[in-house]
Amino acid sequence: MTGGTLALLIQLTLVFAPLSLAAIGGAIAVLPEIQRQVVEIHGWVTADSFMDLFALAQAAPGPNMMVVSLIGWQVAGVVGLLVATIAMVGPPALLALALGRLRARFAGLSWVRVTQAGLIPIALGLNLASGVVLAQAAHQGVTTLVLTLGTTLFVWLTRWSPLWTLAVGAVAGMAAS
Amino acid sequence: MRHAAPDRDRPDPSAPPSPTRLAFFLAYLQVGLSGFGGANAWMRRVIVEERGWLTEQEFAEYLGVSQILPGPNALNCAVMIGDRFHGTVGAVLALLGILGGPLVPLLGIAGIYAQFGSEPMVAATLKGLAAAAAGMTIGTALKISTRLRPGLALTAVGVCAFVGIGLLRLPLLAVVLALTPLGILAAWWSAPWRGSVQ
Repeated sequence: MTGGTLALLIQLTLVFAPLSLAAIGGAIAVLPEIQRQVVEIHGWVTADSFMDLFALAQAAPGPNMMVVSLIGWQVAGVVGLLVATIAMVGPPALLALALGRLRARFAGLSWVRVTQAGLIPIALGLNLASGVVLAQAAHQGVTTLVLTLGTTLFVWLTRWSPLWTLAVGAVAGMAAS
Repeated sequence: MRHAAPDRDRPDPSAPPSPTRLAFFLAYLQVGLSGFGGANAWMRRVIVEERGWLTEQEFAEYLGVSQILPGPNALNCAVMIGDRFHGTVGAVLALLGILGGPLVPLLGIAGIYAQFGSEPMVAATLKGLAAAAAGMTIGTALKISTRLRPGLALTAVGVCAFVGIGLLRLPLLAVVLALTPLGILAAWWSAPWRGSVQ
């Protein structure tokens, strides 16, 4: 590993590890800051390819935060991918482990139960909001609208695997082009 | 680490047994590999609906707690659920499955995109996929909500969170900070009602 690569890997860590702890509400919440760091400050990728990488991470399987993995990959290959992913995942994962254990230990306390129950509707409301924001980003006319609404009803009201509607979405998108 | 707390949501002995480490890892590999458009929806599908390892209520609690933590919610959820079943090893297995599984297809798609990304058909296919994936996120949130039957006060908090972030695009941190006390109040308000149902 050359000194230059090592310096890049350290920079990747220094960018993503602090951002990971700021990402309350998910990686999407710090997306604008990731873009600023990666495109404007470090110049690792262009603004256009940043959007492309984000679209890919969203279209591909896996958590949407994997846009960070793709950026690491662009910057320093497979090692960069691993370093960027670990920097983004590691710190919050340790926190989650700690909080999960505290939660389990005190699960019997009524204020813990009430707090947990109070957080559920916020989580569901935010998830719903993410879906709507994503739908707006994907919106390109009647075809995409029908796809979004159809998938919503399909997932909401049936127990069949959503893979079917995703396949239909891909084929319909292709056919509509 | 053993969790000393009693498993209050699953008192009946007929509940499904805890998964083995292999079964657990494979489940998270499946979540990662199929997790188009957000892993939370798929995690719920695989862990609650297909495997039955958690109830709807238990999963929603993990979802709620992971929301107040920084970092990707789905991964926080995965870490806590992994820890519940298999301690630290379980948390690592969940992360390896949910992240490692999609890595190969992701790089494959990135490679294809680098070559053919300028083709309009590729872009249109991605748009169609993204539109369906958005519907999946919306549908899952609605499904959990209708199954939990949260009552008026909690529903109002959820609607506020949705309107604040989804429609008004207010800063996320502010919305979560403002709504958390209201959510707790609403849960406290509905607690005796919930208790009488069980």
